[in-house]
Amino acid sequence: MTGKKSIGTENKFADLFRRQIFIPIAALLLLALFNLVVDPSFFKITLGHNSVGDPVLTGYLMTILDYGSEVAILAIGMTLVTAASGGQDISVGAAVAIAGSVILRVLVGLGGDGTLQAPILVGFLAACVVAMLFGAFNGVLVAIFRIQPMVATLILYTAGRSIAAWINNNELPIITDKGFTVFGGFIPGIPIPTPFFLAVLCVVIALLVLKFTNLGLYTQAVGINSSSSRLNGLNPTFIKWLSFVILGLCVAVVGLIKTSRLSTINYSVIAKDIEMDAILAVALGGNVLSGGKFNIMASILGAYVIQFLTTTLYKFNVSSDALPAYKAVVVIMLVVISAPTVKEKLGAWGRSLKKQKGAA
Amino acid sequence: MRGIYKSFPGVRALQGVDFTLCEGEIHALMGENGAGKSTLIKVLTGVYEKDEGEIYLKGSEKPAVIKSPQDAQNLGISTVYQEITLCPNLTVAENMYIGRGKAQITNWKKMNADAGRILENLGIPAKANQQLSDCSIAIQQMVAIARAVDMDCKVLILDEPTSSLDESEVEKLFGLMRDLRARGVGIIFVTHFLDQVYEVCDKITVLRDGQLVGEYVIEDLPRVKLVAKMLGKELNDMEEIKDENQVYTGEEELVIEAEGLQSDAGIKPFDFVIKKGEVNGFTGLLGSGRSECVRALFCADKIIAGKVKKKGKPVKMTKPLDAMKNGIAYLPEDRKIDGIVGDLSVRENLILAAQVLRGFFKPFSRAEANKFADEYIKLLEIKTASADTPIKSLSGGNQQKVILARWLLTHPEYLILDEPTRGIDIGTKIEIQKLVLKLASEGMSVTFISSETDEMLRTCSRLIVMRDRKVVGELSGEDLTQSKVMETIAGGEM
Repeated sequence: MTGKKSIGTENKFADLFRRQIFIPIAALLLLALFNLVVDPSFFKITLGHNSVGDPVLTGYLMTILDYGSEVAILAIGMTLVTAASGGQDISVGAAVAIAGSVILRVLVGLGGDGTLQAPILVGFLAACVVAMLFGAFNGVLVAIFRIQPMVATLILYTAGRSIAAWINNNELPIITDKGFTVFGGFIPGIPIPTPFFLAVLCVVIALLVLKFTNLGLYTQAVGINSSSSRLNGLNPTFIKWLSFVILGLCVAVVGLIKTSRLSTINYSVIAKDIEMDAILAVALGGNVLSGGKFNIMASILGAYVIQFLTTTLYKFNVSSDALPAYKAVVVIMLVVISAPTVKEKLGAWGRSLKKQKGAA
Repeated sequence: MRGIYKSFPGVRALQGVDFTLCEGEIHALMGENGAGKSTLIKVLTGVYEKDEGEIYLKGSEKPAVIKSPQDAQNLGISTVYQEITLCPNLTVAENMYIGRGKAQITNWKKMNADAGRILENLGIPAKANQQLSDCSIAIQQMVAIARAVDMDCKVLILDEPTSSLDESEVEKLFGLMRDLRARGVGIIFVTHFLDQVYEVCDKITVLRDGQLVGEYVIEDLPRVKLVAKMLGKELNDMEEIKDENQVYTGEEELVIEAEGLQSDAGIKPFDFVIKKGEVNGFTGLLGSGRSECVRALFCADKIIAGKVKKKGKPVKMTKPLDAMKNGIAYLPEDRKIDGIVGDLSVRENLILAAQVLRGFFKPFSRAEANKFADEYIKLLEIKTASADTPIKSLSGGNQQKVILARWLLTHPEYLILDEPTRGIDIGTKIEIQKLVLKLASEGMSVTFISSETDEMLRTCSRLIVMRDRKVVGELSGEDLTQSKVMETIAGGEM
């Protein structure tokens, strides 16, 4: 093992390229640099007051923190689903609509006058239960019936928004209680958007769970080699199923944020295409989309990078119709860079660069 | 091949290796696991790019450029790898023609007819339109060879082709190899079976630790010397183990008893007992149901009938975890599919089973995991750059040691080893055999399965013989001889 030490120092540069978190960080820095050069005012944050007189910070960065948090929360669950099942859940947008609809139904009910009929916590817990049930439904299709995750979740993707509308009898209940706007807006006196705190909370819980249980090890083992995992006493079916249920929990939190922003719901538009952003976040984080090893923090960072990109494009007045095309170009670049073959080449390039430096 | 160098992160796999292959010869490439055989072959076939060195082909002064497997194929270098690399969900014929860029693949009828003819010529009992996954591993291996042969190769590389073939199939393969040799094909033959080397090869090249030990004409290198060269030391170990005649002298306490056990894998119900500190084995031809029996004991397949008792008390077991909780450990036959978790590190692979037993809410701390990893890497002399290295980048024998360590870490009372020595080098084989005997002397019960009968005779004190998915006999004491085993396997017809 004499080679070990020399390789260790020699390859630091190459290692940097191989590190999973490198891609989202590099993408973030690149986007930041771009904005800095083109228009430094992108980074301006102003302290103002909202309509009720509470202090709020506004600016593009705040928008990123605010909306990126929704994707970040979903990315936690999506990362686990990806790792365990080797596929993605494309029904999360529709599931968010269902969760939001449940919250409204419980809080104001049909034909209500907008005042709260139940504590917000109860509404949220009901949404959690329902979202987890739908997650469990997806999980059964994938884990027990072994349907491709994308195909399995296509069912809920198609039906979800109709179910959401049906829950409230196609009415659009409006919540007038100001207390409800806190989750998608600001906590009085705190100028940073609440969704960011909710995302931090979710991340902390996820990291604690990963630290104090074997969820990470089991999920990765099942995702990499389900047959071998079974012979080591694991239950791959259960673990795959569980990942979908956990994603359901994430969906409920986003449902709360989304409905809180509007104090009502628009069944066909709420959380539209958010599943794609969540999947992209996982991919950007350098996680293998066919399952196996994962890094939650990289996915979270990926989520904010995607929102950074979206916000940057909006700032340049790209119309919302054209947005996906621009996004696609950037995403292609990022995903290509993070592809293993390219990474290997970059690593080799880094090594030869280092060697030349050493020679000179 | 001249002065080949190749490094991987943390390991120098090849250090200036020369290798020469002549037309119409069968050349054995020998060495322990991790000696660099597979790496050398992968460099030759373009799977890896070499760091330094040159490769020359016949009639050319210029070094050949081999940057991809496709280049190698175009130059007439074909390979059959140790692990089958065909597509299980395609038909036999499709597997033979896929990736050849010719028109065959679009002309189904012709393709199937051509494939059928080749299979027939080689005497391979498979149909061209049969799905590959329906064939046994042995047949899949032969299809891979048929594919290589049909590509008009000048150089044929066989990497452990015989590790999953039974004797008559091996004979057939050797016939084929001799035939090809007569036609001027140069064959590189990598194997761990010494008998086979002496039966079929003309020359031997020995590698050790990524370096060339030497090239020898087969007559000049008797067996003992070959082993010594591979290990880099004079070898008394093998003799030592051979001298011990295994007679079970331990206690009479029954650890596991099974009565009328049957799984859904298609075996007849069987009875089984193992005593404390005993080593027994299942023997029989490939596909006779040896693996299925031990899988049933571990509940790896669905149990449909039978009772199991542990130390006289009936236990209810329905899934592997139940078996693990009852102190049973199972090292599976197919390391790649059922054993390793490829992308996870050596450490994670090592603690996996013990961790599952310990429970979901009680993960080992980093320090504990490291301690286990270091302990077993040292104990079993596992060659790895570090405990963080993904297990898939280890050589086959070292992967096997990690899996063995995984089960030892669970401190089982009953250890089942299904083909633990398949595809691994002779040094490691002896280490594993010794370890089995040592564990047994410490009171562990072991069931040992191996395709090599002499290995079983050396370690087991009782052999259960299987034929056609049924237990047909049991041998112990005086009856433990090669001929007696063969007789029982073959049955009354002999």
